[in-house]
Amino acid sequence: MSIVEHTHATAHLDALTDEAVTIIREVATECESPVLLFSGGKDSAVLLHLAVLAFAPARLPFPVMHVDTGHNFPEVLEYRDQLVRDWHVRLVVASVQESIDTGRVVEDIGPRASRNRLQSVTLLDAISEHGFDAAFGGGRRDEDKARAKERILSFRDRQGRWDPRQQRPEPWALLNPRIRKGEHLRAFPLSNWTELDIWRYIERHDVPLPSIYFSHTRTVVERDGMLLSVGGPVELESGETPHAAVVRYRTVGDASCTGAVESTAHDVHAVLAEVAAARITERGATRADDTFSESSMEDRKREGYF
Amino acid sequence: MVDTSAPTLRIATAGSVDDGKSTLIGRLLHDTKTVFEDQLSAVVKASRRYGDGETNLALLTDGLRAEREQGITIDVAHRYFATPRRSFIVADTPGHAQYTRNMVTGASTSDIAIVLVDARHGVLDQTRRHSLIASMLGAQAIVLAVNKMDLVGWDEAVFRRIVAEIEAFVGALARPVPVTAIPMSALLGDNVVDASTNTPWFDGTPLLDFLEQFETRPHGDTGVRVHVQRVIRPQGGEHGDFRGQAGVVAGGWIRRGDAVTVLPSGQTSTVRALFRWGREIEEAGPGHAVVVQLDTDIDVARGDVITADPHIEPLVGDDVVIDLCWMVDRPLTVGSRWWFKHGTRTGHATVREVQHHLSPTTLEQEVATELTLNDLGRVRLQLSEVIIADRYHVLPEGGRMILIDPADNTTAAAAMIHGAGVPA
Repeated sequence: MSIVEHTHATAHLDALTDEAVTIIREVATECESPVLLFSGGKDSAVLLHLAVLAFAPARLPFPVMHVDTGHNFPEVLEYRDQLVRDWHVRLVVASVQESIDTGRVVEDIGPRASRNRLQSVTLLDAISEHGFDAAFGGGRRDEDKARAKERILSFRDRQGRWDPRQQRPEPWALLNPRIRKGEHLRAFPLSNWTELDIWRYIERHDVPLPSIYFSHTRTVVERDGMLLSVGGPVELESGETPHAAVVRYRTVGDASCTGAVESTAHDVHAVLAEVAAARITERGATRADDTFSESSMEDRKREGYF
Repeated sequence: MVDTSAPTLRIATAGSVDDGKSTLIGRLLHDTKTVFEDQLSAVVKASRRYGDGETNLALLTDGLRAEREQGITIDVAHRYFATPRRSFIVADTPGHAQYTRNMVTGASTSDIAIVLVDARHGVLDQTRRHSLIASMLGAQAIVLAVNKMDLVGWDEAVFRRIVAEIEAFVGALARPVPVTAIPMSALLGDNVVDASTNTPWFDGTPLLDFLEQFETRPHGDTGVRVHVQRVIRPQGGEHGDFRGQAGVVAGGWIRRGDAVTVLPSGQTSTVRALFRWGREIEEAGPGHAVVVQLDTDIDVARGDVITADPHIEPLVGDDVVIDLCWMVDRPLTVGSRWWFKHGTRTGHATVREVQHHLSPTTLEQEVATELTLNDLGRVRLQLSEVIIADRYHVLPEGGRMILIDPADNTTAAAAMIHGAGVPA
């Protein structure tokens, strides 16, 4: 990488960092009861790191919430618990299993069933139960074509729905957090970040991540061009043969529908090089649920998804 | 450190519906190798599904189902790409007049507006409206993309006629913006990333070259303005006696040891320490998210502005004249009440006077008693709180304001401060 490339990339990351810190402070100050949605994935790790920096040396003035599908990678749960201890953060867990047990949602069955979509109900129930009026999310516009349309401060009606045709104007990102009781906001401080920006930030600030983001050997099965981990919630179909592969995860979501990619990138520098050369988007490479139909993400978001 | 970096360039598209805005952005992303393989194959598939024939690059930014079904852009899409020389943030905005509020959203943060014109149809009302809005919002340059030149046989005379018309219009604006015109075919890629062989008569550069080389104007040298967001006060622990003001630097460079004045109270103090991202620093400049620790324990609250070394005195007052784009159905009338947000200060705003309605086609300042959806105009407001502001065209960060409809909390206006003071 030449010096010129390096400095324009650095200046860009500086500006994104200032923008995110400013947004986090603004929403946390204007809203009464914010929460930060934390999945244990790299985007929410960066978001939480930024939020901690935003209020330093004071502690984070709001809790983080993990919407737990019950289909977790064990490494991610360990990581989550370690991080909230180290960073003195209050953790709230909203359980999809509980939503299933209490009949709020009905679980799909079968080898390809995923709890991903069910999370929206658990999320909205938890927002309402705790009285949160703003939820920070790690969503980025470059992840998906529906996300590319979303505002930094995104309004949700009393049913938690997003209406992409009636979004509030947002000139200059001069944020308007006014809502009525029962409505809430989603705030996306990482709106303008790309996957590469996320990894550059992780490198610069040494942000800890779950180990599965780096190369390791894992037993997987190939399904629809995706490498799914065997031994967790993924059930084998007839004719499928598991095999050992050297992989890492590019995204971390529900273990039933998040695929691994073949990779020998064992540290952040190697991952950065890999991401910079990638020719397939992270969601295209790793999320079975986003390839179901052309507007999967838009449909889920309308229902209240992250 | 030697700063060899070109700052990130923010670009917005503008122009009438069907002039090819989304196709141009799609072409720019495609030809800079920014499109991922799975995105491209999804677009190829969707193009077939919507009967678009060949690969419709507009589908790279028209991401909503309703947009794809109707073949239009409804809301702004943000896309990101980088070349070895520069990083870019692109806002692809809608052309329909009814979605002007979304165009304003996309154009408000942009350094450059790319105004597209369909060479067959020439300059339309919407072309003028968008050029005017881009100028009001402070675009530093307009790229006039005369598109679909292939459909007029690459006729130089057509190009020259459109350029002359836009230059005359933009030259008559209150704030003329430099115009760079490029003949192109976004669909075929001529003069987007690669120079076209169809325009031997054109001696300019393709669009990407222009964007890579464009030098953005430095921030207005007003002196220090820090908009205070909140007080940082750890409860107990090792930092128990720490007290700092978290805020964003709206203008100027603030340094440790600076003598500062907090407005509107007028109290003075000295900067004891400065922090950015949790680390102590020596100085901070425009856009930086900081914590300012002052030497003395004076009363500083959200909405206040920390100033130092003002080369230009800030406007302080609650009697404000603004230029605005009106973005909701409920009209703005004399006596109507709204919420305002300026910097980190909010309060009520009452309309005292509609000074004029600005015709987006003739640029006439017309007498008006109200402004309605998509109108542009100048009004005078009485605010419930004093603000510390700058004229928008001197320092945009200190001159921008939104109005909010108290009935449903939607954002009703993007406002650019023209003047502020205390009522006579």
